[in-house]
Amino acid sequence: MRIVIGEGSCGIAAGAKKLHSALSQLGAEVGITGCIGMCYLEPIIDLYEGQDLKARLVRVQDKDAQRIVDAAKSGDLSGVEDLRISCDDESFLSKQTRIALRHCGIIDPESIDSYRAADGYKAIAKVRESMTPEEVIEEIKISGLAGRGGAGFPTWFKWNAARNSKGDEKYLICNADEGDPGAFMDRAVIESDPHSLLEGMLIAAYAIGAKRAFVYVRAEYPLAIIRLEKAIADATAAGIMGDCEIRIKAGAGAFVCGEETALIESLEGNRGMPRLKPPFPAEKGYIQKPSNINNVETFANVAWINLNGGKAFAAMGTENSKGTKVFALTGKIRRGGLVEIPMGLTLRDVIFDIGGGIRDGKKFKAVQMGGPSGGCIPESLLDTRIDYKELSATGAIMGSGGMVVMDDSTCMVNMARFFLDFTAKESCGKCVHCRIGTKRLHETLVRITEGKGKEGDVELLEELCRGIKDGALCGLGQTAPNPVLTTIRYFRDEYDAHIRQQQCPAKECAALRRFTIDPVKCRGCTMCARNCPVGAITGTVKNPHVIDQTKCIKCGACKATCKFGAIND
Amino acid sequence: MCENCVKSDLSLLEPVFREFEGDEHALVSILQKAQEVYGYLPIDAVYRIAEHQKVSPAKVLGVATFYSQFRLQPVGKNLILLCKGTACHVNGADTIAKAIKEELGIGDGETTADGVFSLKEVACLGCCSLSPVMMVNETAYGSLTPAKAKAILRGIRDEGK
Repeated sequence: MRIVIGEGSCGIAAGAKKLHSALSQLGAEVGITGCIGMCYLEPIIDLYEGQDLKARLVRVQDKDAQRIVDAAKSGDLSGVEDLRISCDDESFLSKQTRIALRHCGIIDPESIDSYRAADGYKAIAKVRESMTPEEVIEEIKISGLAGRGGAGFPTWFKWNAARNSKGDEKYLICNADEGDPGAFMDRAVIESDPHSLLEGMLIAAYAIGAKRAFVYVRAEYPLAIIRLEKAIADATAAGIMGDCEIRIKAGAGAFVCGEETALIESLEGNRGMPRLKPPFPAEKGYIQKPSNINNVETFANVAWINLNGGKAFAAMGTENSKGTKVFALTGKIRRGGLVEIPMGLTLRDVIFDIGGGIRDGKKFKAVQMGGPSGGCIPESLLDTRIDYKELSATGAIMGSGGMVVMDDSTCMVNMARFFLDFTAKESCGKCVHCRIGTKRLHETLVRITEGKGKEGDVELLEELCRGIKDGALCGLGQTAPNPVLTTIRYFRDEYDAHIRQQQCPAKECAALRRFTIDPVKCRGCTMCARNCPVGAITGTVKNPHVIDQTKCIKCGACKATCKFGAIND
Repeated sequence: MCENCVKSDLSLLEPVFREFEGDEHALVSILQKAQEVYGYLPIDAVYRIAEHQKVSPAKVLGVATFYSQFRLQPVGKNLILLCKGTACHVNGADTIAKAIKEELGIGDGETTADGVFSLKEVACLGCCSLSPVMMVNETAYGSLTPAKAKAILRGIRDEGK
């Protein structure tokens, strides 16, 4: 049997490379694949007989190498039975519908032959041989594909606008500046299936008439860049690129460059500050030439749509949102990873059926969608469908696919503070409302989480939010208030508890915690007193101890060491 | 330029300039390569790049200070990138920051006195399912606990001895 190991960034961080060399040292031939999507089970090894997956081994450790090599040689799996994935975990994959991720975790991302064997580059061949650019755009129109970067703008419309723009020098740009904290869909696609991105781009370049293309990738994704470089070199050598040149530009770390005009500024070597629109990039984009920008996931769908027809894609999803969407499911979830589902499933389906619900037997509290531009959706709205319109109605957004699940130990005020800390730092500074407004929002939220909130603070936050939404030029500023507005809308009681009772219901805000010792439960073991870093606990052996609140720094060391559960907070 | 400034070997920039010859939009890429060469962007290199690209030093510094990747000060031998993304935040990134502070005595943007470690907090490393995560010299370490983070740093320090 063939041994294939998952070597996406997650797998490597979990030890896949070390495992790979352990297996190689035992004389085994080891193939690689990208992200299988079940990050919580990494490192993962698949055993194949020809093209058939015979066994999937999970959470493999270096010490298991010998018995895996033995099993692969003999074909007898009894020695690795305990490593095999459980039926329960298998359902994580079986409930998904994979289009953008169709090859991820299956093919070897570093081999063009592997991609070709999986129908790779058939779509671009078909397009060049038998379709006009208009027909290509029409097929995308039929599919209903919308921009997967978050805004959900119809892809065909952008292509068509760029095609119809005057001028024969046109540019195609792939936005792989995946800056949303909590999202890694694009990284996984590039690391696991770089040729599918290239093929989608080549089809788009043909449709709009572009001869030069860029992939703008975050510099924080070194592996993605390496694999994409190899893919471009291999495709060029194989003569697939035709008359289109695709270059990689590494981003330099600025969230705002996810905004298309800021990205163009950055490509031109400038500070990544958004431009006024119109003119839209389709008319005047990169170096003032007509340009079209799409996200990685959008491109990853294109070849499939072309081979299977727009109708097949449009058959999935809801009235407003067609096809599938990839999500990065993380946070306090039992089964975290990469999930692709047809539009129209509910949040509950994704979080509980696929993700297995909340970890450690805790209670679901909220799910954050859309990163710093999105919002927190509470339990009462878990039956909301994955649909651009329905999600927007909650105050959150579809976003690029980050889905961070929170349990009752997450403080929602602190969550809002966290996001505003991020947007205040990432605001490019062009618009006053965004530059100063996000700072004021952040300061107010910090004050509330430190127990210094005042009556009227929530109203002040709301007023600031309105001002920023109205006054900001680009998407970053216009959506920056969303995390604040949604947490106020659904978790107003937590804001009030912080401001009025000086309490943090989730017990996350350190300044509002108050540790006390239950004199009945305390056995006087002195452990807490010995572990208190500031000597705030006094007491004698076998007698109840006491915490001096004036000295306590609320670090929680006492609670962590008490064996009798005598510390309350 | 001030006389006390560092004197870098500016000839090292020549291959970088050659690579991007004729590309007037390559400033970000040139700065990235220059940082690879020196480990940071020495101020005299910034002036040299401005001169070569025929733009003002203010423009180059403007770009260099806009992006979080660029640094104008040298960093330690090992660069720790501590993820402060959403998933890491929810899973306790703050406790890891505290552990690093306890172990190395440095906070965000600081370097240890012996120059062995520098710490930089970043928005998201994209390994969210392994959160909390830190990356040391392009190797990612996931599912951290304060104790595990300290042990990893100790291991790296010992390895360097």
